[in-house]
Amino acid sequence: MKIHEYQAQNLLKQYGIPVLPSGVADTVEQGLELARTLFDRGCSKLFVKAQVHAGGRGKAGGILPAADLAEAEDAIRRILGMTLITPQTGSEGKLVRKVMVVEASGPIACELYAGIVLDRQRERPVVMVSGEGGTEIEEVAAKMPERILKEHVHPLGGMNPFQGRNLAWRLNLSGDLIQQAARLFVNLYQMFIDLDCSQVEINPLVLTRDKKLIALDAKINFDDSALFKQVEIASMRDLSEESNLEVEASRHGLNYIKLDGNIGCMVNGAGLAMATMDIIKYYGGAPANFLDVGGGATEENITEAFKIILADKDVRSVLVNIFGGIVRCDRVARGIITAAGNANLTRPLVVRLVGTNADEGNRLLRESGLSIQTAEEMADAAQKVIAVLGGGGR
Amino acid sequence: MSIFVDAESKVVVQGLTGREGTFQALQMKNYGTDIVAGVTPGKGGTIHEGIPCFNSVEQAVGETGADVSIIFVPRQFCSDAILEAAFSGIRLVVCITEGIPALDMMRVKTLLGELGVRLIGPNCPGIISPGKTKVGIMPGHIHKPGRVGVISRSGTLTYEVVDQLTRLDLGQSTCIGIGGDPIPGTNFIDCLELFEQDADTNAIVLIGEIGGNAEESAAHYIHDHVTKPVTCFIAGQTAPPGRRMGHAGAIISGGTGTAREKIAVMKECGIAVAENPAVIGTTLASLL
Repeated sequence: MKIHEYQAQNLLKQYGIPVLPSGVADTVEQGLELARTLFDRGCSKLFVKAQVHAGGRGKAGGILPAADLAEAEDAIRRILGMTLITPQTGSEGKLVRKVMVVEASGPIACELYAGIVLDRQRERPVVMVSGEGGTEIEEVAAKMPERILKEHVHPLGGMNPFQGRNLAWRLNLSGDLIQQAARLFVNLYQMFIDLDCSQVEINPLVLTRDKKLIALDAKINFDDSALFKQVEIASMRDLSEESNLEVEASRHGLNYIKLDGNIGCMVNGAGLAMATMDIIKYYGGAPANFLDVGGGATEENITEAFKIILADKDVRSVLVNIFGGIVRCDRVARGIITAAGNANLTRPLVVRLVGTNADEGNRLLRESGLSIQTAEEMADAAQKVIAVLGGGGR
Repeated sequence: MSIFVDAESKVVVQGLTGREGTFQALQMKNYGTDIVAGVTPGKGGTIHEGIPCFNSVEQAVGETGADVSIIFVPRQFCSDAILEAAFSGIRLVVCITEGIPALDMMRVKTLLGELGVRLIGPNCPGIISPGKTKVGIMPGHIHKPGRVGVISRSGTLTYEVVDQLTRLDLGQSTCIGIGGDPIPGTNFIDCLELFEQDADTNAIVLIGEIGGNAEESAAHYIHDHVTKPVTCFIAGQTAPPGRRMGHAGAIISGGTGTAREKIAVMKECGIAVAENPAVIGTTLASLL
C-alpha cells in the first residue's frame, strides 16, 4: 500500500526524523491559511506540492515555489484540481485533490539518500545510504553501485547504533553529524519494522549549511499482508488514488490488475494467471487483465470476478482457466452460471476446468444451456479465445 | 525414495476443524496420507472426522509421534502456529496459509534456522510424493509415481505442469510448492540439492516467476552442482513492472526481477527453458 507525501511526513515526524513545517489542504482557503501561518512564522519561501501517488511531479508542474502569499495562492489554484500527468501516472493522469504546503529548506550543503528494503536474497532488511541523493536511486545502483553503502540488519538483533554510525562515517560525515545521522538511520529502521513497511526511502535527505539533516521528500510503502494488524496505517489508504475496478475487486478478495489487451482472464492462482496471460500473448493475443480468484473462491466472488472482467469495455472475449486444488471446479461452474445469468454475457466465453470436482463442474456447465466453449488443454483454450475474436488478438 | 516426506510421515493438521482444514485433511487421508492428529485449541479430546484432536502440537506429538505438520490456520495466527510446531518436535512444517506479513516470516525463518526445523511455504500448495503421501492441497489424482522432481513458486501452475508430465507418462518422485512469498521457508536451491542426491529422481522441473532473484541463484546452482536434466519455466512475461501479480513476492521492482532477465540467466546456464506453459512437459521429455 502507498501513502501520500504528507502522510509520510507525519510518520517520519512521529519517529523523530526531522522534516520541514508543513500542512495539507484540499481547498484553496485551507491552503492559503497554511501558507499564511508559515509566512507569519518567518518562512521566506515555501513549496506547494501536489499530493498524488506518483513520482515525477516536479517536472510535470505539480510542485511550485512561492515567495509570498500572492504567489502561494496562484500556485495552490494552479495545482489543486489539475490533472497531473507524469511518466508514472499513465496518459490519463491523476486528479490532484490535495496539496501539501511546506516551508523551503535553508541553504543546502549536499543531498543524501537513505532507504530500507527487505533484501529477499539475504532474507533480512538492508539499510542503504548514498551521497548521491536527489536522483533516482535505481540509476545510481546501475551506474555507480559502489556509491550505495549498505548495512544488513539481523532479523532478531535489530539495528544497533554502531551500524548507524558506520553508515554515517562511510558517508564522510564528521563530528556531531555522525551521531545525528546514526540516530536518524536507527529511527528510520525502527519505523520500517514497527509499521511493516515494504520500502522506506528519504530522497533527498538534505544536509543544510548549518549542519542539520532534514528529510525533504519521503516515500513509504507498506506490506499489504500486514495491514490487518496495522490498523492505523490501513486507515491512511486513499482509495481515490487506485483504479475503481481494482478497489472493487479487492473488496471481494480478488486480485485484479487491468492491462491494455482485449481478452479477459479469470484464473485461480497467481502463477497460473501469469502463465495464462503469457500463453495468450504467445499465440498472438493480448490479455486485458490479471485476475486471480484466489484459493478460497466462493460462488459469490466468482460472480464478482465476472462482473469486474465484463465491466472493462475493452474486453472482447473471456478465458476462464481453473485448475482445481483448494478451489473446487463445481463451485466455479456455479459462479459462472450465476454470473452469466445476472450479467448480459454476450461476449464469447471459453472455459477450461481441470482438477478437483472438474467432472461435476463441466456437467453443470453443459446442463446450464449457456453458450460456452470448453477446452481441455491450456494451448487449446488460448487458441480458442483468440480465434473467437476473428483474426489476430486485436 | 522421495524428498522431505514419504509413506512413513505422520502428519498433524493444525487448524483441522476449520472448513478448509477439514476438507483438505479428508482429501489427504483419502490419498493415503497418515493423518495422525489434529490441533485446535479447546477441542482436545474430541474426534473430528475420525481424527483425534489435541489442544496443542506438543500433546499431539507426544501422543501420536507426529513428525510433520500442515497448517491451515488463519494468517493472523500463522507465525504462532509455525513456531508452536517447531518448538514441539515437528521436523517439517508445511504452511498453506497465504498473507503472512513478510517481516513476521523473516523472524520466524530465522528462529527455524536455529531450531533446525524445515518449513515449506507459506502461501503454497504443499508437498506430495506420489503414491506415498500428500501433505498439501494439490489434487492427488493428477499425479503419478515416478522419477521427475518438481519445484515451483506457484500452486495451480504446478498442477498444470504435473498434469502435463502425467499425460506424457512421466511420473513424479516429489513435487514441492515452495510458495509465492518474498521469504519462502524452503527455496529452490534447498530442493535442487536434495533432488540431485535423491537416487530415485532422474530429472527436475523448476517453475519460477517474476520478482526477486531466486531463479537466477537457482540457475547458477544448477550450472555448478546439478548433473540431472532440468527444465524450467518463468511465469509473468507479460506482467507490468511495479505491480504485485497476486503473489506477495511476484513484483518487478526497480527494474529487476523480470521474466526476461531470469530466462536469459537460465539459458546462459545451459538450462532448457520452455517457451510457453503448455510445453513444459514436452520440453522435459525432449531431454530424456
